[in-house]
Amino acid sequence: MTATITPPAGPVQRGAEATYDYLDQRLGLSALLKTNVRKIFPDHWSFMLGEIALYSFIVVLLTGTFLTFFYKPSVTEIIYDGSYLPLRGIPMSEAYASTLNISFDIRGGLLMRQIHHWAALFFVAAISVHMFRVFFTGAFRKPREFNWLIGVSLLVLALLAGFAGYSLPDDLLSGTGLRIAAGIMQSIPVVGTWLVFLAFEGEFPGTAFIPRLYTIHVLLVPGLILALITAHLILVFYQKHTQYPGKGRTNTNVVGYPLLPVYVAKAGGFFFIVFGVLTLISALVTINPIWLYGPYMPDQVTAGSQPDWYIGFLEGALRMMPAWELLIFGYPISLNVLVPALILPGLIFTLIALYPFIEAWVTGDRREHHLLDRPRNAATRTALGVMGLTFYVVLFINGGNDVIATTFDLSINSITWAMRILLILGPWAAFVVTKRICLGLQRRDRDLLLHGRETGRILRLPSGEFVEVHEPVSEERAAILMARQDVRPLPLPPATDADGVRTPGLWHRRVRSRLSQWWYRDDIPAVTPAELAAAQSHIRHELAAAESMGVLPHEPELSEALSRH
Amino acid sequence: MSPTSDSSDRSAGGFGGYDPQSTGEIDSDVRGEILRQAGREPVTRAAQPLTAYGPQPAAGMTHYVRQTDIDPRAARRAERQVSIMFGLSALATVGFMIAYVVLPADSLVALPFFGRTSASNLALGLSLGLAIFLIGAGAIHWAKKLMPDVELSQERHPMLPDEQTRADALGQVVEGGLESGITRRPLLRRTLLAAMALLPLPAIVMLRDLGPAPKGELFRTMWSDGRRILADITYQPLRPEDIPVGAMVSAVPEGIVEVTHETGTLNERAKAPVVLVRMAPEDIRSQQGQGWDYQGILAYSKICTHVGCPIALYQQRTKHLLCPCHQSTFDLADSGVPIFGPAARRLPQLAISVDSEGYLVALGDFAEPVGPTIWERE
Ligand code: HEM
Ligand code: FES
Repeated sequence: MTATITPPAGPVQRGAEATYDYLDQRLGLSALLKTNVRKIFPDHWSFMLGEIALYSFIVVLLTGTFLTFFYKPSVTEIIYDGSYLPLRGIPMSEAYASTLNISFDIRGGLLMRQIHHWAALFFVAAISVHMFRVFFTGAFRKPREFNWLIGVSLLVLALLAGFAGYSLPDDLLSGTGLRIAAGIMQSIPVVGTWLVFLAFEGEFPGTAFIPRLYTIHVLLVPGLILALITAHLILVFYQKHTQYPGKGRTNTNVVGYPLLPVYVAKAGGFFFIVFGVLTLISALVTINPIWLYGPYMPDQVTAGSQPDWYIGFLEGALRMMPAWELLIFGYPISLNVLVPALILPGLIFTLIALYPFIEAWVTGDRREHHLLDRPRNAATRTALGVMGLTFYVVLFINGGNDVIATTFDLSINSITWAMRILLILGPWAAFVVTKRICLGLQRRDRDLLLHGRETGRILRLPSGEFVEVHEPVSEERAAILMARQDVRPLPLPPATDADGVRTPGLWHRRVRSRLSQWWYRDDIPAVTPAELAAAQSHIRHELAAAESMGVLPHEPELSEALSRH
Repeated sequence: MSPTSDSSDRSAGGFGGYDPQSTGEIDSDVRGEILRQAGREPVTRAAQPLTAYGPQPAAGMTHYVRQTDIDPRAARRAERQVSIMFGLSALATVGFMIAYVVLPADSLVALPFFGRTSASNLALGLSLGLAIFLIGAGAIHWAKKLMPDVELSQERHPMLPDEQTRADALGQVVEGGLESGITRRPLLRRTLLAAMALLPLPAIVMLRDLGPAPKGELFRTMWSDGRRILADITYQPLRPEDIPVGAMVSAVPEGIVEVTHETGTLNERAKAPVVLVRMAPEDIRSQQGQGWDYQGILAYSKICTHVGCPIALYQQRTKHLLCPCHQSTFDLADSGVPIFGPAARRLPQLAISVDSEGYLVALGDFAEPVGPTIWERE
């Protein structure tokens, strides 16, 4: 070993060494650093989505702390006398007045408010897209199911945090949002009225809810999010990040850049990029101008008011639901509220949470996966994902049905009906189309491997025939294309064993085998290494033969040949 | 393979790799060799040590040589670019301080495209945004141009440890468990379980005092026999003449301002408001009670029966009232029944008349609870 580090010792150097030594003796730093300083992180743009979520959350914490110094969680009525002239002399809650103060009387207050709001929007968006990245690449498979569950909890908490925050300024829009939340709570069978009276300390709106919501928004939910993010990241670190297939990348290695220096610089730098971009957006684009909405009054409302984007799907569901209310023994069951506002989101999130386990059960796949799937290679999963996405998008679009109606001069009635039909049929169409596209891509990959890629070079053979020269795909490309393996679906279990005894759990195993057959049914056979070797030598052979026999055609012939091609 | 002491070997592997003696310059013959491969030609590397410590490049990985790896001038240019970004960031921070001192919080400025906006917000946001962004941009440029871009490889071990470790771990768990005696002493086990199961109850019970028991508040509003109907906002009592045929007026009960002040809540505001509409008496197809209108003036609850938004959009021609929240539509000419949207119940009607002075008054409270579904409603 020659590479011992003996740089010239200056005072800084000596100080650093002494500090390191001090810490090492007390914390055993070296053992920790030895395995982690150069820990490898694979690099891909889609891995930055989780980082954006993380950094937006940090920005939310920083700016939120600043806001707590000035915001007053109280609905005590006061007369506004701040700098914003249009609202001077108007009675309003302290909560609303203090938010106006932050916006108009505290220097940088408006900036902090806007960064906080933009970062919250980015946070939820990044989490959602991150979840889709994890879904479509199969990153949730064994051993990462727990991280998927933590992720789903984070998504729910993020929505909750957003809604709570949106409700704090006590402006007309946020109050209307709370009114809707109270109405939903009240519609819950048996306990609804009690829940409202407990939450609001009596009737809506009362005086207790805003202070209570404040505690939830600044302490409870962020605390939980912080704890879960920590667990999430510890797991990512401990289980090591997945990687996309490629040359040199296998299921048993991680290829990428070391934590120090590249990852620290890139990820650390990226935090500043996210923070900086959020700040620049907040400098230029107003978000939630509460001063335009006025203070909350339960008997006032503005038309065309929209909640933050992530509530849009619930809004759309509420708008779309038919007016069904049952009376059971004289008690009302408000399906028109319960289904879209509670049952549907409950089902959606349960299904998302259980998905890794459902897929593992159907496919019978118990292996560890550290190489990501290319979405086309898991055609059924990808089609299911697009199916779910379509369902969500239809709900989301219907959340703005009034905006669509006024913009395109359509009747709300016909839009709602179109959306109801689309909600039922759209996802199935999306499934079929996506699956076809995936299978088409699988076929193309197979062709590329077996027949090589077109070079665009045309040769004329002695027979006068024109051929296009094919070349084997590059090794890198081949490594990516070869990443798919054929999986045999679970076989149908025999009804009885050799001794004529009925197979235990027959029904259950049959269902599972059928589902597994359906899962893999249409997959194009993957290319085996032997097939690939044979095909490549064949292509090379042809290439050599063509090149030795054929001649490059003259210009006019070439263009003729190309036009015939 | 262990790191060799041959210096040319090390720097050949060191397309920016760690070399403690390195001055940043590359051996001339090595450089010539790399130059031949340059022009972003992929270089397939053999597994050779890149650094003395830690993970090494994977065998057979493809790597692209960068300009900054082979041309010291390019490297120095990149270094300058990064420093400029850091320097500009520092300047932007100074700019932020100046803007903070100079611009009052409520100053306005008119911008093309963005319209009138807060000058303070704009100046503070742009300067702070740039100060932060440029640090990030500099760091990433640094990483991309000047730090090694050779991908390294690390082994991954299956999550499941080997049999030996497993047996050892499980053995310890089982032994520890046995030592505690929890398996042998069922009485201990059961009483502990019972105690633990009960312990969360206080936490739930203590939530009881979050609010009072409902006592029928949702079934009552301020309306009572003879209570005048005031126009919303102006709080002036309304006469029938104030409401022409085809008009809609939002209204509240007399005394609502006082009640709001006394209770310090907007609770009554969330229940009592009504809309008054007037139509030709022959246009009224039905209402919720005989003679509840006054000369074609009808009073309906303003609170949507879906989830409680105040309803405000009245279509004079169709006599439909539309809720802006989820577009439930109620037909006020036909007892206020819902005809479209998610609301399932009609808007409660308030019976009205005029008092001796000719002002519109209620004839009592609503006959049914207003607003969203209440479980206890009959
Ligand atoms: C507060 C929200 C979240 C934060 C801050 C966060 C952060 C991160 C980060 C930084 C990574 C590593 C980089 C990456 O792969 O993008 C990661 C990985 C992961 N996340 Fe999240 N995430 C969040 C929510 C979610 C959600 C909603 C899900 C799924 C339901 C999820 C599932 C996963 C999984 C399975 C991994 C491992 C991926 C792999 O190794 O390829 N996360 N997360
Ligand atoms: S609250 Fe009126 S339609 Fe939903």
